Amino acid sequence: MNDVIVEFKDLGFQYRAQAKPTLYNNNLTVKKGEKILIAGPSGCGKSTMASLINGLIPFSYKGEITGSLLIKGKESRDMSMFDISHIVGTVLQDSDAQFVGMTVAEDLAFALENDCVEQGQMKNKVQEVAKILNLDQVLRHAPSELSGGQKQRVSVGGVMASDVSLFLFDEPLANLDPKTGKSAIELIDELQKRTGAAVIIIEHRLEDVLHRPVDRIVLMNGGRIVSDTTPDELLASAKLAECGVREPLYLTALKYAGVEIRPEMHPASLHDLVLSRQDEEKIRSFFIKNQKGKRALPEGNLLSVKNLSFTYEKTEKQTLKDISVDIGKGEMVAIVGTNGAGKSTFSKVVCGMEKESAGEISFAGKDFSDYSIKERAEHVGYVMQNPNQMISKVMIFDEVAFGLRLRGVPEDEVKERVEKALEICGLYKMRNWPISALSYGQKKRVTICSILVLEPEMMILDEPTAGQDYRNYTRIMEFLKELNDRGITIVMITHDMHLMLEYADRSIVFNDGRIIADKTCAEVLTDTEIVDRASLKETSLYHLAGKCGIEDAAGFVQSFIDYERENVRK
Amino acid sequence: MNNLFNYIERKSPIHELTGATKLVCLFLWSFAAMTTYDTRLLVVLAVLGIALFPVGRIRLKDVSFMLWFTLVFLVLNTVLVYVFSPHHGTEIYGTCTYLFGLSGHFAPTAEQFFFQLNYILKYFATIPFVLLFVCTTNPSEFAASLNKIGVSYSVSYSVALALRYIPDIQKQYHEISQASQARGVELSKKASLISRLKSASAILVPLILSSMSRIEIISNAMELRCFGKNKKRTWYMAQKFKVLDYVSMIVCALLLVASLVLTHINGSRFFNPFK
Repeated sequence: MNDVIVEFKDLGFQYRAQAKPTLYNNNLTVKKGEKILIAGPSGCGKSTMASLINGLIPFSYKGEITGSLLIKGKESRDMSMFDISHIVGTVLQDSDAQFVGMTVAEDLAFALENDCVEQGQMKNKVQEVAKILNLDQVLRHAPSELSGGQKQRVSVGGVMASDVSLFLFDEPLANLDPKTGKSAIELIDELQKRTGAAVIIIEHRLEDVLHRPVDRIVLMNGGRIVSDTTPDELLASAKLAECGVREPLYLTALKYAGVEIRPEMHPASLHDLVLSRQDEEKIRSFFIKNQKGKRALPEGNLLSVKNLSFTYEKTEKQTLKDISVDIGKGEMVAIVGTNGAGKSTFSKVVCGMEKESAGEISFAGKDFSDYSIKERAEHVGYVMQNPNQMISKVMIFDEVAFGLRLRGVPEDEVKERVEKALEICGLYKMRNWPISALSYGQKKRVTICSILVLEPEMMILDEPTAGQDYRNYTRIMEFLKELNDRGITIVMITHDMHLMLEYADRSIVFNDGRIIADKTCAEVLTDTEIVDRASLKETSLYHLAGKCGIEDAAGFVQSFIDYERENVRK
Repeated sequence: MNNLFNYIERKSPIHELTGATKLVCLFLWSFAAMTTYDTRLLVVLAVLGIALFPVGRIRLKDVSFMLWFTLVFLVLNTVLVYVFSPHHGTEIYGTCTYLFGLSGHFAPTAEQFFFQLNYILKYFATIPFVLLFVCTTNPSEFAASLNKIGVSYSVSYSVALALRYIPDIQKQYHEISQASQARGVELSKKASLISRLKSASAILVPLILSSMSRIEIISNAMELRCFGKNKKRTWYMAQKFKVLDYVSMIVCALLLVASLVLTHINGSRFFNPFK
């Protein structure tokens, strides 16, 4: 009994403003030293579960709790949020926004300050935690000076300082580049081994979390726990697909090749995966059967950039160095690389939001440099990552019409063009709705629509699917694919290796202001050197190919993509 | 764009003073500058204030934006005062000395010039000190010392947070404005002032909405880490008062005393060389 940290008994919850409960009769026990992954699509109740465990419910979010939630044997609603926070340490999703202190040291000390720990003792504790997390060199740095990985370590340190018995990670991988995400998972693993505390990770990116072993996966759907079992058992079942959670890519490949997945094969980790000779043979023949010749590259450049350089005036830092790249008409291209590698700067310079210090940009054969930001927008549309940063009107119709009205287009033409764009985006029925009634994914659609209405030949999207679950991801991406089929060139800035593989024809890899690779996604994600330099992650298909003795890993990945595009997605 | 209004970390004696000391000094100093129109004291305050910049290792470049802003305001203010009451100086000093042999309603008088000179000096006596305060006061340490002089810690912390988020909000504003410009919102000088003001609202709405969601996250993050648990809290950045703190406060208090004494001697807030 002593080592049970959290126990749900028939736990249900309904938010005050909502008509239906978010959680129904859930039972779950988390013991000391356990590592549990809670997965499920958006809206399945996993975040609500997190809020219940860390006390945000009922102390910050009001609603009705049914059943019982015991934290170390005590009913949580009889405790205070502060009692709970000494047992449960929470690392929130957005490590940027939860950075409370001005500097790393202050942020690490924040909980201690609130507990009235005396200054000298506090400084020692901060030193100790900083040393463990390898942050002692940056103690005086502000959050903006840290890398994504360092920020995450600070958030972990902030809860570590108060010696909790359960770490709760709410979507720790959102906003991280693939390599940093990988080290975040390693960090969580080490943290647990060092402290012996229990760990709950809430995340829908299963494959990335399984980089290090977990004891159990709790799968949720529609407010209920639908499965609570070992990863091996879960992955061998069909439950993930039923709930709309993406399974690891190598398992998808195995299934395409006709290999049946059983728990004894240890499907949870590619490293431990056991394949029989027959299985390997099936995979090899899948590869041979689906091998294709190289596809012809599209003809005619739409955007042509030559020797482009850019230096920020304020910092005098050169963020783009001698960039030359061509993007053809009708292409769907991914731009990848670490934060700060120059991806966003590149798109801003192309859109005219920043002025290049040297180089040429031509678009459809015309010199782009004389065009103002507003004029360029009629050719190249830019969609920001966070739709909330782009929406300035109350109603959907007005939001989409905004750009046209600002350009003085007559009102009857505005109506016609807006309705057409809304139609394409599947928003026509909602045209008279207020934007506040929309979900995140729908808002994203509105922002894409409001750019689309200007009829650009090319669209640049910054992280089009960040923070989206598999279902929404597929919707947004299929929608972009549709636009692409209509002839609009799509450029996506992304950290998502799946997105790149599945939807981009080609990827342009940025590193430290330069383009270090410009080739097919299959080639990029199987090239260890590029992967490492650009903080990407090799696709697991690459390792699967190695496991089955396929030398041409890039070819194997390519045939997987081609197979999927032709047979699974239409 | 950056350093609009924001702490600049450097090593200097002024940076090392506690935030409370600087706040008290700021009050004393502004009070001294506000009460008097005595040219002699204003000159002393202006020179002293500007002389403190190198001591605090703040360069002109760091505060250029705010300086330009105040300068424009100052010029506007001076012109308006002259236009609306060209005889204010005469009324105050009780004499009327026309200059350049001109006469009439708008004719320049020595008294008016002298009054406006004092007026301008007042700006120079206060603004540099305010800028210096903002640039050399670490928000967290400031919060700690506000709390020390009796302000409740949740208020103190809010002040620090607000200061800390200024650069973030500036950055966000910049990004949102770029995206809106791409959609056709005209913010450059090509558009009229009214349409530019209208366009600014297209940026403010998303800025406010996205800030609201950040506020929710940060307040959750703070509560999850026990903010508000106890009546008191300790401060990582807290500093003890040192000798220099007391010295600075005494000097500023003396300046205020000087200002009050001069007012008494002059018989009014004005120093009158025309008698």
